[in-house]
This record gives sequence, C-alpha cells and structure tokens, in this order.
Amino acid sequence: MSPQQCTLPVMPNLRTGAQTIWECLVHEGVTTVFGYPGGAILPAYDAMLDYPIRHVLVRHEQGASHMADGYARAGGGVGVAIATSGPGATNLVTGIATAQMDSVPIVCITGQVPSHLIGYDAFQETDITGITLPITKHSYLVTRVEDIMPAIKEAFHLAKSGRPGPVLVDITKDAQQAKHDWEWDPQPVKMRGYRPVQAAPRSELDKAVELIRASRKPVILAGQGILQSNAMREVKLFAERINSPVAMTLLGLGGVPASHPLNIGMMGMHGESWVNHAIQEADLLLAFGMRFDDRVTGNLKTYAPHAKKIHIDIDPSEINKNVIADAAIVADLRETLRELLEMVPTCDHGPWLKYIGSMKGDSAVRDIQKLPDNGHLYAPHVINDIWRLTEGKAIVVTDVGQHQMWEAQYYHHEEPRSLITSGGLGTMGFGLPAAIGAKMARPDAEVWAIVGDGGFQMTQAELSTAAQEGIKVNVAVINNGFLGMVRQWQEFFYERRYAATPLRSPDFVKIAEAHGLLGLRAEKRSDVDEIVTRAREADGTVLIDFRVEQEDSVYPMVPAGADLDAMIRRPQPSVLVETGADPI
Amino acid sequence: MNHTIVALVEDKPGVLNRVALVFRRRAFNIESLTVGRTTEPGVSRMTIVLDSDQTSAERVIAYLYKLVNVLQIEDLKSVPAVARDLALVKVSVAGHDRAQLLRVVDETRAHIVDSGEQTMTLEITGEPPHVDAVISRLEPLGIIEMVRTGQVAMRRGDTALTAQYA
Repeated sequence: MSPQQCTLPVMPNLRTGAQTIWECLVHEGVTTVFGYPGGAILPAYDAMLDYPIRHVLVRHEQGASHMADGYARAGGGVGVAIATSGPGATNLVTGIATAQMDSVPIVCITGQVPSHLIGYDAFQETDITGITLPITKHSYLVTRVEDIMPAIKEAFHLAKSGRPGPVLVDITKDAQQAKHDWEWDPQPVKMRGYRPVQAAPRSELDKAVELIRASRKPVILAGQGILQSNAMREVKLFAERINSPVAMTLLGLGGVPASHPLNIGMMGMHGESWVNHAIQEADLLLAFGMRFDDRVTGNLKTYAPHAKKIHIDIDPSEINKNVIADAAIVADLRETLRELLEMVPTCDHGPWLKYIGSMKGDSAVRDIQKLPDNGHLYAPHVINDIWRLTEGKAIVVTDVGQHQMWEAQYYHHEEPRSLITSGGLGTMGFGLPAAIGAKMARPDAEVWAIVGDGGFQMTQAELSTAAQEGIKVNVAVINNGFLGMVRQWQEFFYERRYAATPLRSPDFVKIAEAHGLLGLRAEKRSDVDEIVTRAREADGTVLIDFRVEQEDSVYPMVPAGADLDAMIRRPQPSVLVETGADPI
Repeated sequence: MNHTIVALVEDKPGVLNRVALVFRRRAFNIESLTVGRTTEPGVSRMTIVLDSDQTSAERVIAYLYKLVNVLQIEDLKSVPAVARDLALVKVSVAGHDRAQLLRVVDETRAHIVDSGEQTMTLEITGEPPHVDAVISRLEPLGIIEMVRTGQVAMRRGDTALTAQYA
C-alpha cells in the first residue's frame, strides 16, 4: 500500500498540542515566559510566535526557573519557565527546589522525547518528573495531546492555590505535534484528592482566643503566609487589637511595615537580639503563616520555653512538625484573622512592649550605622544608603549570604513583595535572574539586585539577558573578595582556616561594559550617594561594584543549633573600626 | 510500634512512587505495603504497616494526606480493626513424617494448596501473629520458600472509608 496522506476533516478548532499549550497559557493570563528552546520543545516554540506572549531568552535554564520565581513573588501571579528535555529540564532543578522551599507558584513546562522513545535512553531523554518528584508540589507527564489542557489547568490551579508551589508539566514531542479538536474548558478545576483550603475549626479558634486572653507577653511571628494570603491589613489590625509586638521571618519582611510601632524586627539566626530575647521570654507565640524553620528557632529543645503556641497555617503538615501547637488552625490566614477579629478583646501590653523597647538599647550588638566613617566601606553602610536613597520603595532581590542578611537588617521594607530572597533553600545565583523576573512582573517598580561577588558569578550570564531585553535592574555587587558567609563561619567555628573562600573575581565594571551596560565602582562611603544616584538615573541595567571591607561579619549570630538567645555579638570596640583610619 | 495506615489513592501511574517517597525521604521503614483495587473504578487501596512511634506516624499521615493523588487516609492504630495476612509456605516433606506436617495443618487451619514429591505448599491466613505462629511451627520441618502478602486491614463496625470529593 502506498503511503497516502490522510486528510482530516477541517474543523474550526483543530489545534496541535503545541498550540494548545499556548492557548491554555493565554487563558491562564500568562503574558511573559522565561525559557530556552531545544529539540523536544521545538514544536511549542514554533507555535509560540502566533500568540501574545513575551518570551525572555535566558542564558541558562536555571535562570528561567529563578526568573519565573522572581516574577511570581514580585507580581503575586504564577511564573512560567520553559525548557527542553534532558539537560534543559535538569538545569531547571535548582530553581524548582528554590520555589518549593519558599512556596512560590511557578509552572515549568518541559519538552520530552517522543512517547515511543521514553525509557529507551533517547537523545536528551531524562526522567524529569522522577527527578523533580521530591521538589515539586505535583508533576505531570503528558504523552497524549488531549491531556495537555487538563494538565496545564491543574498545574496552574495547584501552583497558586492552598500553599503555593512549583508544578512541572513534561510534554512529549509527539503530544505537541499531534492535532485534536480542541476547545478551552472554562469550568474551574476539580481534583478529588486536593483540598487546598479548609475552614478553621471553631474549637481551635475558641482555644486561641482563650490563650490570647490569658497572655501577658505575646509575640506574633509573621511569616510569608501573610503575603500569600494577602492578610497584611488583617495582621496589622489584629496586632493593634491585641497590642502585640510582631517579629518577622526573613520571608515575612514587608508583610507588616517596618515602620509600624509594633514591628520589632526580624527573628532568628541573624535577627535582632531583642526580638530573639522577646521570643524566649514570651508566654504566647502567635505563628502566622510561618513554619518554625531551624534558622528561626535555634535549638528546638530550649525554644520559647514559657510560651503557648497558636499556629495558623494553610498546610496541615506544618502543624506540630517542629513545634507542638496548643491551638492549631489549618486555614487561610486572612479568613482566620477576620474571624478572630470578631472574637478577641482589645488588650494592653504596655509593660511588655516597654520592656522589649528597653532591650533595643542593646542595638550596639550589630549596629554599625552609628560608627564613624573611618574611610572604609562596609556592606551595611551600602545597603542602608541604598535604602535611604530609594526611600525604601524599591523591590530588592538578594542573592544568598552575608549581603542577604545585611539587606534584611538594613533595608527596611514597608510593602509586601518588596523583598525577594531565597530563604529556605538558600540558593546562590538566585539574585540576578530573580531580579530580572521581578522587573518583568513590575516594570513600573525600581528593582535592585543586591548580590555578593560569589553568588553573582554563578548566574552572571543573565546580565546578557537583561541587556537583550532592554530592562533596567540595578545590580549592587557587594564585593568583599570572599565567599563571605562561609568565611564568617570559618572565622567563628573553624579557627579562621579560610578553606576555599578567598575569591578572585573579574573586573565587574568591565563585565558590565562588555554587555554594553554601565558599570560603576564605589570604594569609599563618600562615593556611595553619588554612585547610587547615577545608577538610578541611568537608562538600562547598571552594575555597581561595591568594594567593601573584606572580613566583616553579620551580627548578631545565633550559631546553628544553639539556643536562640545565645548570640555572638559584634566585638566591642570593633576590630574593624580599630584597623581603619582616624574617625572623621 | 506498628501502625497500620490505610490510604485510598487514585489509580494513576507514579502514585506508588509518590507514596514511597514520603517514607524514603524521612527514612521510615515499611514493614509491609499492599495495593489493590476497590469497588470504585480509578481508586486503589493501600495498606501500609509502619514500624514507628506515634509522632512519626502522624508526620507520615500528614505528608501522605498532602499528596494530590491521595484521596483518603487513616491510621487504624487507635481504632478497632480487622487485619489479615496471607502466607504461602513451601515445606519440605523429605526426611520426616508427612503426618507431622498434616497435624500442624490440622491444628492451625492452614490449607494445603499444592503438593510435590519433595514439598507441600500451605496457605496460611489470619491475623499477622497467627501467621507468624504457624510459620514458626513449620520452621523445624524445613521451609523451602515462603511468600507473604503483607497485612490488609479495615475498621470494625459500620464505619467505612470512602473516597469522597474534597
């Protein structure tokens, strides 16, 4: 029999799988995707040109997953990353794990080899659904064109509902190429085994109210759940109603304005000393959308020994995981607080707040703002100056390490989603690509990437992406010539044996210039104002190489696993200042 | 301490893998795991016996509950439940009296399901301790091969575990 072309009857909605992917994305409200083409995803890329989608070509797929992450965190929507099979897919993994740890809604679409080749070690075949099983909220392997829409619809629903997270949809090349008679199904997704939100049980609400009534020393622990539940207003009202101090987690920063009188600052390993002391002395902790990570609790056995705990979280598996809750409310935070606001009395914790305020006198444990300008440039100075010059209104995206902690300490965030940082996974290389993603989501906003010299070089290639896209991100490289946080640990815990932490970097100004971008350098504190202002006023992405003190450390510090109030403090008088020129 | 966890799961590729992952990641040891169909198409039932303390069992259940493909889950530890295990045991009949074996069969409600020239295969069904007890009586006779299904279990009384829509 001679091969004869079988002509399908022409139907108005006949679509390829590749077209289906984009139509689904458009229906989901996607306007921007971050990706990198390749063989197994080529049909999808070909179809993309016919849809109103902005595609950002990254330089490495890790950049795509981080950009999708930054896009989602800054804009509050779902970020989308696209890659081909095999290495394209595996390069996404770090970004997926980052999003999983920080509960960020991203959807990753990967091409897969044709279905008949799966399991035959075909060129660029890898079991990406298997690889990402532990680091995704859920994943799909789609081998039939008719399964594309349900998978993508469910992926978006899963990514953004309940506790958000990354979802991967792996689509074989033959499913992308096949045609089907297709129509968008506008019905909301219904999944049998997925219960994203539960109602707060009345008995637990009652218990919580009783605990609040009985408390004399409450502390609210404000986590990222506040941003995800959009509960900023409710948390503020609630804190004011019960007159409770609010301590912030790293990812919660911005959930309650830094300037609010009840906001006492960040808790944890590099938190404020008075915050950690307040937690240790509290008689009630109200955990709002936070998960008692080891970086905020220190030694669990001695953590907040006098405190009852009220834990409100949307994810039931967080309850009693690290800390046993006396009242456990598995529900949406905003809804819960609205109910609780009807139930709780107005309280006055004046003496407790006054006591915590008196501990703030202890700010010398870390505050080098008050130290005289000795001619040296300190990272905290740089970050504090950026905060001052941007009037605290920028979206700041950090990398991971010392500069990240200094950012949390010295850039005071008033708005939710104005700090974007890899908290849970601590992913170096996150900063620059996530900042590009954030800028795409919030083109109106001033975006700063504050990165270290180590982490920046991990994904430095994305400068090229920023240049190609013509977007403006201000990149502040806090350059101390060391992998600073590891060096700090070596200084404190490994007798200053600096194994593999001294770092020789290229001339970052020239790197910027090689990309056709403006590169600037600051070496003295007196340079900072002018350089930052120049960077802000310049068109396009600007890189600033801040040559900061090499061996400064982040204070205070609770060593890993130590009691929360056992902090290492900044030595007084500071050795760093002593080594400098005469104070001006 | 053994916990018997019953889960109704969607019958889809990869679900067993997702369930197993919860145990692997936290290094929990599974004593037995059985999967089978239910009366409802597309829904499978797993019985997982886990050797762990109460806290760990609660963690496991919390993580399993979170899986998108898990429809319903319960720990039968604290409720009255019926549990059954089945073993097929091939016992040597060479070198000793068949009557000895038949006596064990008779006394323990085991069934002979096959017999060869050198061996006899028995089926033992019952509560897991009963199956253990029979096996230990057969051991001196010479067990050539053995397979156990692992435990299946169900709540006593009228309460039924059903997979409802969330």
